[in-house]
Formats: sequence, structure tokens, C-alpha cells
Amino acid sequence: MSRLRRSRLKRWLPGLLLVTPSIVLIAVFVYGMLGWNFRLAMTDQHDEISEGSRFVGLENFVALWDQERWGLSVRHAIVFTLVFVGGALALGWLLAFLMEKGIKGEGGFRTVYLFPMAISFVATGVVWRWLMNSGQGEQAVGLNRLFQAVGLGFLENDWFRGETWGMAAMAIPAIWQMSGYVMALFLAGFRGVPEELREAARVDGCREWQVYRYVVFPFLRPVTLSALIILGHISLKVFDLIVSVSGKQIITDVPAVFMWVAVFDAHDPAKGATIAAYIVLAVAVFVVPYLIWNARREKRS
Amino acid sequence: MRRRWMSAVAVTVAGLLSLTACGGGGDGKSAGDGQAAKKQVEVFSWWTGPGEADGLKAMREIFEKRNPGLTFFDAAVAGGSGDKARALLSSKLQANQPPDTFQGHAGAELQGYIKAGKLEPLNALYDELKLKEVFPQQLVDQITYKGNVYSVPVNIHRSNVLWFNPKVLKDAGVAAPPKTIEEFITALEAVKRTKKIPLSIGSEWTVVHLLESVLLGSLGTDAYNALWTPGADWSAPALTKALGDFKTILSYAGPAQDDWQPASKQVADGAAAFNVMGDWAYGYFHNPPDGGLGKKSKEDFDWVASPGTDGTFMWLSDSFTLPKGAPNRDGALAWLKVAASKEGQDAFNPKKGSIPARKDADKALYTDYLEWDLAQWANGKLAGSIQHGVVANDAWKTAITEAVGLFLQSKDVAKLQQALVQAAQTNNQ
Repeated sequence: MSRLRRSRLKRWLPGLLLVTPSIVLIAVFVYGMLGWNFRLAMTDQHDEISEGSRFVGLENFVALWDQERWGLSVRHAIVFTLVFVGGALALGWLLAFLMEKGIKGEGGFRTVYLFPMAISFVATGVVWRWLMNSGQGEQAVGLNRLFQAVGLGFLENDWFRGETWGMAAMAIPAIWQMSGYVMALFLAGFRGVPEELREAARVDGCREWQVYRYVVFPFLRPVTLSALIILGHISLKVFDLIVSVSGKQIITDVPAVFMWVAVFDAHDPAKGATIAAYIVLAVAVFVVPYLIWNARREKRS
Repeated sequence: MRRRWMSAVAVTVAGLLSLTACGGGGDGKSAGDGQAAKKQVEVFSWWTGPGEADGLKAMREIFEKRNPGLTFFDAAVAGGSGDKARALLSSKLQANQPPDTFQGHAGAELQGYIKAGKLEPLNALYDELKLKEVFPQQLVDQITYKGNVYSVPVNIHRSNVLWFNPKVLKDAGVAAPPKTIEEFITALEAVKRTKKIPLSIGSEWTVVHLLESVLLGSLGTDAYNALWTPGADWSAPALTKALGDFKTILSYAGPAQDDWQPASKQVADGAAAFNVMGDWAYGYFHNPPDGGLGKKSKEDFDWVASPGTDGTFMWLSDSFTLPKGAPNRDGALAWLKVAASKEGQDAFNPKKGSIPARKDADKALYTDYLEWDLAQWANGKLAGSIQHGVVANDAWKTAITEAVGLFLQSKDVAKLQQALVQAAQTNNQ
């Protein structure tokens, strides 16, 4: 009996030991902190150092919407997300499609396109800050200067300093950085389509575009969804890129930057926690349906 | 066999993870326990850049000579305006683990700490060293909170300086630098006709910096100082007019640059005529390349008090404090004495490019711009800077910055004033 128990112990103990630290760490530092953040967001702890705070329910969550800056940063986040996710998906897909058609030196191109992902958003930001300098005419540097040099002077613009399109310009470095990764995802998707299926379609009399339309693209749906989730949550949390390009300016304010200002400049923890809570909720809107969908799919197979 | 190997790895990983998770708790000072004989003084600042770090080192040498029994522990945290240092500092204060003394902008920026009871009043030290006699009376008034002084100013910077390019002004037919807001607007218009940039601006904070100078110039010193007293009327018509001036002046601004340096550079290069910036711009204009632009003062660039503020010194100051529960209180006091002394301030300021807060400093050490600056400091009226944490506490300042940022897009004076009224109501107590 005891031998049986011991051998059973031997079987699951190492595995348990292996995962325990990460379970504990995640429980404390991810879910514990999340819970603590939500609790803080529901108090009136509006300065850092005074002690004692009162529970005020959702008051902070409602009050935030009265602030012009909050509306502006949400609008910025939406513009950024649409342009970034749309742009990276389209460009990544296009690159993968071209690769899939077969080109010489594919390995080299793959590395070149994937490479930006190895760079941190901060480094990208520092370089693009110079490239997207708003100076024009004699003051132009970076891309504006390049436009002048190749006779496309009419393309010179304010980049991220433009009020309407500023956040769209801010998404360009992000697209540059992430589209290679999306390409890699799509390329894997393309390669996952069994050659027999294509052959079968061709035998059935499909033209080449029909093979893609009816056979290959439907196979890419799960990949597209994964890419959408990954890009979407990166986009909603974006902070480092924006701060390294333009700093903490209202013209490029997004919720994460607003949160930093609320906590570290205005010393208002409750407000910062409220903004952070909204960011988590927004990311959850992307991620939770995906997790459910994934779980269902696994059950089905 | 394989399983045993696996469990060994698992235990090691678990151990490593818990080490890294909990290892950060110890604070840096426990490492110094070995030299208990020589007591350590932890001085917390954000002076790590060229100039400022040299100044700190010069003061440190004096400190160590005067106090052979104490070791100076430099706890400086890098980062221009002290953002990161202050984030770390407030978490340390909240946990009641203060450094022995820390740097902060004198004035309202310290109010949060004072209200929360984290700082000790320094009245006794002021009396002992007779500091009220050597600092300008108005400075002492402006850093006094409810009858107590909580910090020792080491240096003084000036915020209301109008930098200009004499050649650009001459080309535009502007005979003399503007003395009033009205003259300023006329001069801006004249420059505009020559197709040069009349006024250069940088990122958002430089516009708040511009706003404080315009408010001071348009309202006058007394009305400006009154804005920061409890119950001040921010909806007054005089303020509406001042904000209108601000809007007019801003309409002559060139495209916003990345920060204050590229904006100042436009003036030095002759691309722009005017720039309002603090006196740290002088070092940037004047110092040799790699660090500075190597320009000739009075020839390539020149300065006056910003329009309408001649005779008033809008100040900001770095100062040191005594946190409650400082582990080495005597050591901290010894440091504050060096920071307050003539010797300490004269060692620090020429290196940092600022002037001493004391009126009895050695004038020979300060030349060119600093000479003018020191004369104005000793004889002018004083007003406190908004952007640099003298008159408005952090929450108020953030609200003002936010209002200005939104104004840059809407250009709506009424809305700006409404936001400022709101900010004052919430924060002016």
C-alpha cells in the first residue's frame, strides 16, 4: 500500500514541483496584483502618502468619462488600434503571400522582414522619432527630407503632430515592427495547407485564384484570428513606443500614458488604477472570446 | 534515473525563482553594515548629467573634508527632470524607508510630502545658520508652509528669460528687444514678415513654460503671485486678457520641436527670432560643442527678461530636505549645513550653471549671463515658476499642463480659463 502511494507520489511530485513556483508567482504577481488594482480603483486614495481610504464603488470609473483628456486618449487608442492592426495584418499577409508564390532567396527575405521584431519598441521609437520629425522646408530631416530629395515634396507632413492623423502616423513604426511577425504566422498558415487539397482543387478545374479563394484562404482563418488577438492586445497597452517617440504629450495621449501621468505626475493612485482597470478590461474584450473559442475548438477535436 | 534528474531541476528552478522574486527586498544600506565605524549618509538626487554631477561632487568633497566621521553615499537616480527618481522616492517614503536627505524642487512640489508628515521642519537649522538673513526675504516667504520651512535651497534658476537672435531682429527692423507684451507682439509680427519663425517652441512642457512668463508679464508680479494664495480668483477678466495674449503670442509660434534644445537651436541658428526658456539655455548656447552649441553671447544670441517682467525674477530652485525618521539624522543635518553654506553653494553653482540662493555669494565666480542673473536675483521682486514646481503642487501642475495641452488643439481661451479655474478650485487649499 505504502509502496503504491510512494510510487504515485514519485510520479506527480516532480511535475508539481516544476509548476508550483510559476503558479504561485502568477497567482500573486498577476492575479493578486490585478485584484489589488481593482480594489484600489474603487477607493478614494487620491494621493500617495496619506493613509486610510474609503470604498467608493464605481465612482472613479464614472468620473473618468467626464474628463476631456480621457475621451481624447480613448479616441487616440482606437485610431491607433485600427491603423496598426489593419496595417500589420494587411502588410504581413501580403509579404507572406509573395513568399508563398516562391521567390529566390526566401530565407534571406524572411530574416530581413522578421528582424524588426527583435528590436524593442523603445529603440524603434527613438529612430522613428527622428524619421517622423515634423520639420518641413529648410527644417526638414528624416522622412520629410527624403521626400524632398526624391521630388515628392508634396508628401511632407506633420506626422504625429497632426491633430487628426497624428495617431495614424504613430502606428507606422508599430506596423514596421510587427508586420514581419504577422508574415511569419501567415507563412506557417500557407505552408500548413496540404498540397493534396490544392491538387484536388486543380483537378476539379479550379483556376489558380479559385484555389486560393476556396481552399487556401479558409485555412488561414485561425492564423488571422491569432494575429488579431496578439496585435490587438499589444495595441491597447501601447506605452513605450509612444513615450519614446513623442514623450508624455496630450497630442499623442493614450490610456497607458494617461495612467502614468495620473500615478507618477499627479500622484493620484486611485485614478491611475481606474485607467489601468479599463485597459485590462479592454484587453479582456479581445482575449477572453479567443480563449473561449480556443477551448471549444480543443474540445471538438 | 531520468525522473530523479527532473525533480532536481524542478527544485533548483523553484529555488531560483523564489530567490529572484524575494531578493529585491533588501535595501542598499544593509550592504554598508561592515563599516559601522564610519557612518554613512545617503543623499538622494537626480543629478547624474554633466555639469550637475560635477557640482554635486564638488559639494561632496567639502562635506567629506568637514565631516571625517561620515561617508557620503550617492543615491542619485538618472533621468532629466527627476521623473524616475521621484517615483522611487515616493514609494520609499510611503514605506517609511526614507533616504537621509533628498533633492526636491523647493516650493509647492514638496507640499504632498509635508502634508503627509514625511518631512521635518528646518526652522531650527535656519535660526542656527542665520539663513533668513542671507536668503532673500521673499524666497523664505515663498518656501514657508504654515509657518515652517522644510528645505534648504542650493541653487536658483531663472525661468523668465527671452532669448533672441540679434541678427534676425535687425533684419526684421526691430530696434530693441521688446519690453512689454504689446511690443513683443509687434516684434513677432515684424519677424513674421521676413519669413523667419517669430517664436520657437518645443514639446508641450515648453508651452507651459511660455505660459507662466506670459501670465507674469501680462498680469504683473503682484497679481501673478496672488493667483497662488488660497481663494484666488482665476475667472477674473485680467486673466482672460492674459490668456488672450498667450493665444496671440502662440499664433506666431513655429512648428513644435521635439524638446527645448532643438527649439533653442532654431534661435541660435538664426531660423527663429525668439524663444522663452529658463537659464539652462545659456549653457546650451554657450558651452563648446558636444554638450553645447559654442555660440558667442551678445553676438549670436542675446537675452532680456521676458516681456513685461523686467525687475522680476521668476525662480525655481533645487533644495535638500530632512525626512522624518532619517536613519542618520545627524549626518543629514551635516549635509544640509554644507548645502546651505557659502562655500558649498559657490562650489556647486558655477559647475551646474546656476546661481547660489545666498545673497553674499562670491560674485567673481559668476560671469557673462550669470553675472546679470545674480544682480537681478539680489535686487528684483520674486515670482515662482509653475512648470518647475514652485507655486503649484504636482496635482495642480499636472492639471495645468493638461489644460494647456488641450488648448494647443482647441485654441479656445474660454475653455482654457474654465479648466484653470477648475484646477485651482480642486487644488488651491
